[in-house]
Amino acid sequence: MTLVLSKEQVQHSIAARVAKEIEASSIVNLGIGIPTLVAQYVEDSSIALHTENGLLGVTDVNEEDIDPNLVNAGKLPVGEAIGASFFDSAASFAMIRGGHVDYAILGALQVDETGVIANWAVPGKNIIGVGGAMDLLVGAKKVIVTMSHTSKDGSSKLLKKCTYPITSIRQVDMIVTELAVFKVINGTLYLIELMNGATLEEVQQKTEASFIVQL
Amino acid sequence: MSKIKKTTEDALSPIKDGDQVLVGGFGLIGAPLTLIDGLTNKDVKDLSIVSNNLGESGKGLGLLLNQHKIKHAIGSYFTSNRDVGEFYHRGEIQLTLLPQGTLSEALRAGGAGIGGFYTKTAAGTQLAEGKEQREIDGELYVLEKPIRGQVALIRAHKADTLGNLVYYKTARNFNPLMAMAADYVIAEVDEIVEPGELDPEAIVTSHLFVDAIIEAQQVLTKEGVVSR
Repeated sequence: MTLVLSKEQVQHSIAARVAKEIEASSIVNLGIGIPTLVAQYVEDSSIALHTENGLLGVTDVNEEDIDPNLVNAGKLPVGEAIGASFFDSAASFAMIRGGHVDYAILGALQVDETGVIANWAVPGKNIIGVGGAMDLLVGAKKVIVTMSHTSKDGSSKLLKKCTYPITSIRQVDMIVTELAVFKVINGTLYLIELMNGATLEEVQQKTEASFIVQL
Repeated sequence: MSKIKKTTEDALSPIKDGDQVLVGGFGLIGAPLTLIDGLTNKDVKDLSIVSNNLGESGKGLGLLLNQHKIKHAIGSYFTSNRDVGEFYHRGEIQLTLLPQGTLSEALRAGGAGIGGFYTKTAAGTQLAEGKEQREIDGELYVLEKPIRGQVALIRAHKADTLGNLVYYKTARNFNPLMAMAADYVIAEVDEIVEPGELDPEAIVTSHLFVDAIIEAQQVLTKEGVVSR
């Protein structure tokens, strides 16, 4: 049976697992939510964090050093690393779309069994925001998705087919939830790890999408 | 004729009803808050606003929204101002949603005389519906058109009296792109200096793009937007 963890512990367990995937000297773009926490687990100083609003070399910032004009994509205050650079939005998205960013870590609402995700719109609600999600999906060399395994009502977020509008036709590379880690290879999901003491039976029960077990 | 305008009202005088106005900023960061405030005092309507967001609720471009001066907004992320959803729901504003990279590149293209471009972003999704999609070297792309405005309102850090501009940290964002993509460009800055005082290697926006300059009166601080 899965360990009983608080919501915060669950999020941190996912962030810590994602951080292990990131190779030295990589350029990494972190999305809003759980992905933001990944920064706390990236210890290698050769890794540079990119934010879409125009900074390569994002760091944490102390309360007393907060600058209202120095923020990340979530408009939260950040610091700048030694060797950081600032640039305009077109240059920032040239980095993203042009394949210069090694990893994008993103949240998702749904993932289908081929690795296509939906993370920008919910049908029936006003569709009024997309931000940089679609650009990151097409441009980052590797895309890692972090999300809770199930919705609040207990239904699986790993589906046969997304019911929400998709973000891109590009398939992601990895999905990390509080229960499991999946790799996506040629449009097939492979269960490669169980998280936080979850069992295979539990993952099978809570996953609508087909997957191959490769533990 | 000097580009330095003594009043915001004077700087904003070319804006007329129905104009498409480009407004810099990522939320309130790098937004020309003094010029936006000036627009709230100007009798103008049916504006098309091109900006990443419409500010926040009751702040920045949110002020213009609440005055019903915006007929159409073109941007990437309106979710940051909850009022936008309500206006949209009531049919009081038209919205055009673009991915952020497409918005920034469309402005760059508009300023650079490019008639359009193909991007992989949004290909095969709902945001590509009604747009030309084609395969190039085995991958699906969407045709996007350039964006220009009659006027651009931008925020920079310093200007010299010629109109050369430098920016400050992540307040740069869309500003240099919008400075290139409008017929009349008004820059709001923290400080105006003499020519020669800005390092030519550090200038991001060259003076030929800039038509008018004002000093910022409304600035973003840790405590929020304040008058200085």
